[in-house]
Amino acid sequence: MDSSLNLYYVQLAIRSLRRNPFLTALMVLAIGLGIGASMTTYAAFRAVGSDPIPWKSHQLYMPQFDAWGPTGRSADGEPPDAWDYDDAMNVLKLHAAKHQSPISPIGFSVIPEDASQKPSAVEGHAVGSEFFGMVDAPFRDGTGWSAADDETRAPVVVIGAKLNEKLFGKASGVGKTINLGGEAFRIVGVLKDWNPQPRYFDLANTDGFGDPEDVFVPFNWVIDKQLRSHGNNNCNEASPPGWDGWLHSTCVWMSVLVELPAAADVDTFRRAVDGYAADQQTSGRLKWAPNNRLRDVPQWLEHMHVVPDEVRVLMLIAFSFLAVCLVNVVGLMLAKFLKRAPEIGVRRALGASKLEIYKQFLIEAAVVGLAGGVLGLLLTLIGQRGVLDLFDVQSDQLKHIDISVVAITLGVSLIVTVLAGFYPTVRAASVRPAWQLKSN
Amino acid sequence: MHIAPILNALRRNKAGAILIGLQLALTLAIVCNALFIIVQRLGYIGRESGVDEASLFVFRNVWVGHSELDSSTLIPTDLATIRATPGVEDVYETNSFPLSGGGWSTGLSLEQDQVKSTAQSTVYSADEHAIETLGVHLVSGRNFTAEEITDLAPNHNVEPSVIIITQDLATKVFPDGSALGKAVYMGGRTAPPSTIIGIVDRLQTPWVGNSWGDKFFLYSTLVPYRMLSTVGTFVVRAKPGQRDAAIKAVQERLYASDRLRIIPWVRSYGEIRARAYKKDRGMAMLMSIVCTALLLVTAAGIVGLASFWVGQRHRQIGIRRALGATRNDILRYFQTENLLIAGAGIAVGAVAAVGLNIWLVTHYEMARLSPLYVLTGALIILVLGQLAVLQPALRAARIPPIAATRSV
Repeated sequence: MDSSLNLYYVQLAIRSLRRNPFLTALMVLAIGLGIGASMTTYAAFRAVGSDPIPWKSHQLYMPQFDAWGPTGRSADGEPPDAWDYDDAMNVLKLHAAKHQSPISPIGFSVIPEDASQKPSAVEGHAVGSEFFGMVDAPFRDGTGWSAADDETRAPVVVIGAKLNEKLFGKASGVGKTINLGGEAFRIVGVLKDWNPQPRYFDLANTDGFGDPEDVFVPFNWVIDKQLRSHGNNNCNEASPPGWDGWLHSTCVWMSVLVELPAAADVDTFRRAVDGYAADQQTSGRLKWAPNNRLRDVPQWLEHMHVVPDEVRVLMLIAFSFLAVCLVNVVGLMLAKFLKRAPEIGVRRALGASKLEIYKQFLIEAAVVGLAGGVLGLLLTLIGQRGVLDLFDVQSDQLKHIDISVVAITLGVSLIVTVLAGFYPTVRAASVRPAWQLKSN
Repeated sequence: MHIAPILNALRRNKAGAILIGLQLALTLAIVCNALFIIVQRLGYIGRESGVDEASLFVFRNVWVGHSELDSSTLIPTDLATIRATPGVEDVYETNSFPLSGGGWSTGLSLEQDQVKSTAQSTVYSADEHAIETLGVHLVSGRNFTAEEITDLAPNHNVEPSVIIITQDLATKVFPDGSALGKAVYMGGRTAPPSTIIGIVDRLQTPWVGNSWGDKFFLYSTLVPYRMLSTVGTFVVRAKPGQRDAAIKAVQERLYASDRLRIIPWVRSYGEIRARAYKKDRGMAMLMSIVCTALLLVTAAGIVGLASFWVGQRHRQIGIRRALGATRNDILRYFQTENLLIAGAGIAVGAVAAVGLNIWLVTHYEMARLSPLYVLTGALIILVLGQLAVLQPALRAARIPPIAATRSV
């Protein structure tokens, strides 16, 4: 009995909406635009601010070391975002973390064996052997290199899926060699399509979004060959000339990633780095108290402002727009419902309880909400691509329609419209049957 | 027009008035700030870089299979090849250029051992062709001579004996206008002095879209160096109307002269500018879309609600007409009523607009809203409200006096 009555209400709702198409269209449009704008910006916010490695982000840490002292600090007292070579290497030698890796961006020219082909450029990072395990890099074939390879500075490389396809087509490049910048590298691993957004392990040099990387090579090899990083280099004072002068200066340019699974590990590592800094102070090389930081991935993303302010402002404006649309819809629904005061009077006179009136009109609001939600969904799907392209985010999630986006959009639309319909429904239910039945 | 009866009637039907007023208030708050953001962004995008963008294109060149020191001869060779290409007016090689997004910066100091530099500046490596190529103008002093251009080996500090700076930088470091011929210190504590031999009118720094770079966006320093590196950036000035042909020809000639190179990108200054300001243009566009949609939705909502309201008061209007009110009286009644609601809405909305702006200022480094925006916004909302209520009001005015006696 109940369900068939509810179905009847749905039919009533559709009939009433059809009777005044202009008003209906207005309501659906208002909801659709408001929901579309809000969901688009929210999706963008989610994509840009999403945790790139949610199952592990609280175990991976980006430490910061104060190599510059009080004169080099920014206004908020923070140490530099990157490390200088000597301090990074010294801290890494302490082996105070379960896993650790130096990281620095690097690029090479690839000279093809075919003399008629032009050379091309590849970009990537110089990392340590433990890097791949820490970031759970997915391998299509092969593995990363070993700690021994790090020590011996072996010319080995892990290549990305795109480069593999370009050089070897469908076959795997493992075991083959590739000429990078004039040196023959042995390919030990081929990655699957992997592009964590944002690229949390190198925010010191990029804003975190961009194309997937082509190559990963051993950090020690790059230093040995005196290849400068392809990223930023910040010096608080002039370094002595020459490679060694720069390498052993306090110019900061590289990153350090560590894995600290438990709270005890975090404490151990923090104490180790602070202890090292205190030693440097005692020996007189650095003249200030330890001022280091240890942030896990989510905190690091926050600190590096990965989510551009523009995205937040857009979201704020979009949700305010939704608020206006809802006030609008409250007014329109009020108008629509109260116009049917005679009909409500008849129903109430025939014995319908206030509850039934509530149900009827809340269901009508829900129907409007659903229709508006569908429109909003369409607008979101169109708008999402545009907004994310604006911020140069390549989100794999967008390549196929995300079920959660659909569910959230329709759900939110339904809920806010029903909420907006509460006041008009209360007014409708308080219609006095006797007044409506008088011939007036 | 008596306000009191209108207010009385409104008090009896608060819901509709509050809904319209609230919509107008929120719309005002949003439109003010959105307009402000749009104007700010457009102003940001409209800044002139100081270079002759229409004639210029830039490309990156990577020399393959050569060492960094080889570029000492590779650079002059390539420059000669490019200069000989038909369609090319002039060219120079550098580390960076305005709007590129990345480059070098350093502090300029008046004393050698200054802890905090007097001004921050970007550093562009240049030769004697740079000024001609870029199209910037020397307001005083002279250009570099060919003999003054020296090689800068990798990992060596930038310590030029002569430099050319922009007018804004000159004024910042020497407010009394005496910059020409004076010496400043670039880089660290042991740097030798650099003499300012020339001042150019305007040259923007590479950085766009970050507050750090915005603070010194017109402070640039040209240093007479050939940076020895495997990567070079060439800025080319094409002859009028021949830019696209020159882009093609330059690449062909360079590859023909030496195959061992990669030219990862070639961009006209139009493309460079578009890339640099992509986010700002996008924000301005999105804000415009939201503004338009908002005004449309609010207007439509007012039309809808006001129509309904007029319908509710069908009988009263008829009575008024029967008692002698003219059509104009009815029209003015509704317009005045709308004006009162809009007035209240604007008052609340203005406060909300300023509040929203203050919130944005504290959290997102935006500038303070000027009262002009609130006034403009209020005017727009007022006109919007009046236009929206026009149609229902006209309909109300057409209600004949006989409606007073009809029972329906």
